[in-house]
Amino acid sequence: MKYLTEYRNLEATKNYLELIHKVATKTWKIMEICGGQTHGLVKNGILELLPESVQMIHGPGCPVCVTPLNLIDKAIELLENGVIVCSFGDMIRVPGSKKSLLEAKSNGGDLRILYSPIEAVKIAKNNPDKEVVFFAVGFETTAPANALSVLHAQKEGLKNYSILVSHVLVPPAMEAILDDKFCKINAFLGAGHVCAIMGYREYFPLAEKYKIPIIITGFEPLDLVQGIYMAVSQLEKGIYEVENQYSRVVKEEGNIAALKVINKVFEVGAREWRGIGEIPNSGYVLTHEFKSFDAEKKFGISHLKVPENPNCIAGAILKGIKKPHQCDQFGKKCTPSNPLGAPMVSSEGACAAYYHFSSNLMSE
Amino acid sequence: MEKEELGYETIQLGHGSGGLMTRDLLDKIIFKSFSNPYLDQKHDGSVININGRMAISTDSFVVSPIFFKGGNIGELAVNGTVNDVAMCGAIPKYLSLAFIVEEGLKVEDFITIVNSIKKAADESGVQIITGDTKVVERGKGDKIFINTTGFGEVNSHAKIASEHIKNGDKILLNGFVAQHGMAIMSQREGLEFESTIVSDTTNLNFLVNDLINKFGDKIHLFRDPTRGGVASVLSEISQDIKKGVLIYEDKIPLEKQVAAACEILGLDPLYVANEGVFMVIVDASIQNEVLLFMKNDPKGKNAAYIGEITQEHPGKVVMKSAIGGKRIVSPLIGEQLPRIC
Repeated sequence: MKYLTEYRNLEATKNYLELIHKVATKTWKIMEICGGQTHGLVKNGILELLPESVQMIHGPGCPVCVTPLNLIDKAIELLENGVIVCSFGDMIRVPGSKKSLLEAKSNGGDLRILYSPIEAVKIAKNNPDKEVVFFAVGFETTAPANALSVLHAQKEGLKNYSILVSHVLVPPAMEAILDDKFCKINAFLGAGHVCAIMGYREYFPLAEKYKIPIIITGFEPLDLVQGIYMAVSQLEKGIYEVENQYSRVVKEEGNIAALKVINKVFEVGAREWRGIGEIPNSGYVLTHEFKSFDAEKKFGISHLKVPENPNCIAGAILKGIKKPHQCDQFGKKCTPSNPLGAPMVSSEGACAAYYHFSSNLMSE
Repeated sequence: MEKEELGYETIQLGHGSGGLMTRDLLDKIIFKSFSNPYLDQKHDGSVININGRMAISTDSFVVSPIFFKGGNIGELAVNGTVNDVAMCGAIPKYLSLAFIVEEGLKVEDFITIVNSIKKAADESGVQIITGDTKVVERGKGDKIFINTTGFGEVNSHAKIASEHIKNGDKILLNGFVAQHGMAIMSQREGLEFESTIVSDTTNLNFLVNDLINKFGDKIHLFRDPTRGGVASVLSEISQDIKKGVLIYEDKIPLEKQVAAACEILGLDPLYVANEGVFMVIVDASIQNEVLLFMKNDPKGKNAAYIGEITQEHPGKVVMKSAIGGKRIVSPLIGEQLPRIC
């Protein structure tokens, strides 16, 4: 907890906030990539402490929010056919095209909420007569543990374990956002935990090509305001570099051991992003050697396709083109208890974060 | 009671049939443990005396696991209902006790639970005066469910009602939040983690009654933030009274280990369940006196002032963060779901 309390230090945080107020002379739009950062910004009330000219745009880095509808339907299909489906917590309330995993559970499905996919391997071992599927969603952060679960299952010779993969990668998403003609983003706060795994070398060409500062940033109040300060400082000086605010966790080369595990089990391939569509080379798929652990292939459910709710503007939200409260449905037809789209479900989702925490609602 | 004297090791369907097996279970375990003039009549119900106004509260207990660090479902079933009666400004006197047992529950577990109920009832000064035992087929329950209803005499000095709350009133808590929920969480399947966090389940009726006797109508409301935690109770109150609630993040009493566990699991302690915590809303003039009074009681030694009732943002709870920002604290929707990363 020492690392946490130090990075919640009131004086140090205030100092950086003052510095931001001093250096910011123009309007800057900074996108924090990661949903954990969005959560930190709103939970700590940082947004209202920033000068008006420094505007934070909430990025697509919420794994729950970008997992396509058809994958949720696939997980539900498995659940309803007697498969034990294991999932991270925030995934289970996300509405699929007809229902959520939680509703499917109440209809009798065996759904397990886990913190680690390794637990799912244990469940597979203890239930040899049942099929067990782990819903492997997430960015690069969760990929090592998910990959490791496959290696464990292989080592144990388990034939009843597979994963439903929806792994997405941050850099291609950043590029897709920057290529959008409506994009107005001046700088990025890079996702600290993603870089803890991947390092940050892959961001150098991005910063260069798009002439945009990228600050690898952590999640505590002090991390966030320091990251914002570093971004604003670069923008005011007219430079664009990759800087590492989160150096206590992130190394340039990343976590070599974790990368080895990822590269053994996964390879880069095309992925569909909820609200954005398919982006080439934007996610992980299982390598040929581990195809037998691919739940989509194993259960023949690859073909399932479903359209999104046309009233949900998740795509524009995830790209930072619109803010949640600029959506006609926000807080009316779309609330956390009745979400139209994923950003309203996860506490990391921009819409839910606004709904729960934002002082914008106080004037209601 | 030892299980050897019973001649069976598990609870069976017949124990809920109403026949001889039921009688045997009642005589050897229930009536023996809870013997009192009301129960000893072995009637279908009991006739009791209540002076003045009566407070009633009922609650069902379905916690899993049934044994957890710091307690079990039995004492929870007593303390939970005793506290709900106490929150009405009443002195809990009597309790009904109904079991729904899943066939196959080990008798020794049942006895352990009954013994805990007895101990908790004695400690909080309530008598078990009527009850029921049903047994359901294996798979149709989850080991054991307990329902209790509590009856209490309202303290004549009490003037507890949300309509008495006014702007400027102060909000205090008697101790650390989120202990119970995190103790349970640390033992859930798939989530087990090493910790010494124990449930805070306890009776609060004596401290609550002492506060009423001492401060009378200057105390405006008691609530115990069980499921949904402090955040949900405050949201309910602010909506009921159409006033704002302002709380301070750095004043919420939170034990270090519990804070760390919440961080690791991605849970907000404000939404985590408590079983030995109560919130009291008092006239601003007695804030310090009440705090001191609570701190002098073992059940209030970690008491803290956490915020106040405001004219601004009616119907909403706002928390001032440790770094000075503000955010809305909204009610819990369903179960609190852990975040992915």
